[in-house]
Amino acid sequence: MSEEQGRAGGSFEERLDAARDRHGLDRAASAERGSGGPPEGANPMAVGLRVGVELVSALVVALAIGYGLDRWLHTRPLFLILFVMLGGAAGVLNVWRLFAPRGGGSGRRTG
Amino acid sequence: MAAEKSTIDALGQFHLDTGLGAIGRSVNFANSNVMMVVAAALVLLALHYGMRRRAVVPGRLQALAEIGYQFIHDMCVEQIGEEGKRFFPFVFALFFFILIGNLIGLFPYFFTFTSHIAVTGALAVLVIVLVTAVALRIHGLHFFSYFWPEGAPVVLAPLIVPIEIISYISRPVSLSIRLFANMTAGHVMFEVFATFMLMLVGALGAFGYVLALGPLVINIALMGFEVLVAFLQAYVFAVLTCIYLHDAVHLH
Repeated sequence: MSEEQGRAGGSFEERLDAARDRHGLDRAASAERGSGGPPEGANPMAVGLRVGVELVSALVVALAIGYGLDRWLHTRPLFLILFVMLGGAAGVLNVWRLFAPRGGGSGRRTG
Repeated sequence: MAAEKSTIDALGQFHLDTGLGAIGRSVNFANSNVMMVVAAALVLLALHYGMRRRAVVPGRLQALAEIGYQFIHDMCVEQIGEEGKRFFPFVFALFFFILIGNLIGLFPYFFTFTSHIAVTGALAVLVIVLVTAVALRIHGLHFFSYFWPEGAPVVLAPLIVPIEIISYISRPVSLSIRLFANMTAGHVMFEVFATFMLMLVGALGAFGYVLALGPLVINIALMGFEVLVAFLQAYVFAVLTCIYLHDAVHLH
């Protein structure tokens, strides 16, 4: 009897959510909301590839900027060296954005 | 031995050729372009014939069109927010163009235009230009505060601002490299294992036919995997576009 009352308590929405959870209907949706990245998180190979691409692309952009500045200002290799370091940092930042949880607090701006 | 003579020409399949015969040759209309037109036409035809009947209980083609619409619509609203509906046509076109491009590349004699970084790069640049334009339109010059995390010490400005700018510019690069690398890698693997079969037969004769079953089985499994990759990469491209648009609309 008490169990009956406990189940009857709570709104219809809550009970519906509980029932959907029991049958695993909402799992996909809630999992997607929870994590920041795309749902390929389950595949370690894909995650590794993504991290590698993020690191390399930041470095490529930084190299291009550094090389361009050097050509323009005739200061080779000053900006090249500077921007390689900045590019590495930007790559780490990209990877951090990849894994930082989206939404909530100051870490809001991820992408 | 024959196996030593034959080399693996894994990248020859990505060679651009002219399509459409003499007309294509005269205007440099490549086989890649033919496939782009085919992909766009396939999407348009599927949508046109899918939505023609407008039955209450959808048929197969109509269900396909409706599921595609619903899928992208949900993605836009979930990732960007209510404003995401305005970007729905763009994301829809992008997703299905890339998806069909990935998929028709899996057929023999077809060309995978998404395996060329010029194509994926152009798509990524299109995305990033749109994202930047949207951000500038909505937020005006306030957009540039995007490169400055709130509450950071001012002393670090010369360090943080370039890093943020590089990070922002690296988005289209990583977006295009990811799609291009995935498609290219898959097709190179097809070619390598297919060449193994020819090499085995060439080197070992009748016994080679038996051994060649190994690479054949691998290629069949690879085909299933590539279909998955085709969907996944189109999805990743579209979902990242949505995330960037979200950043452009909401800034912080």
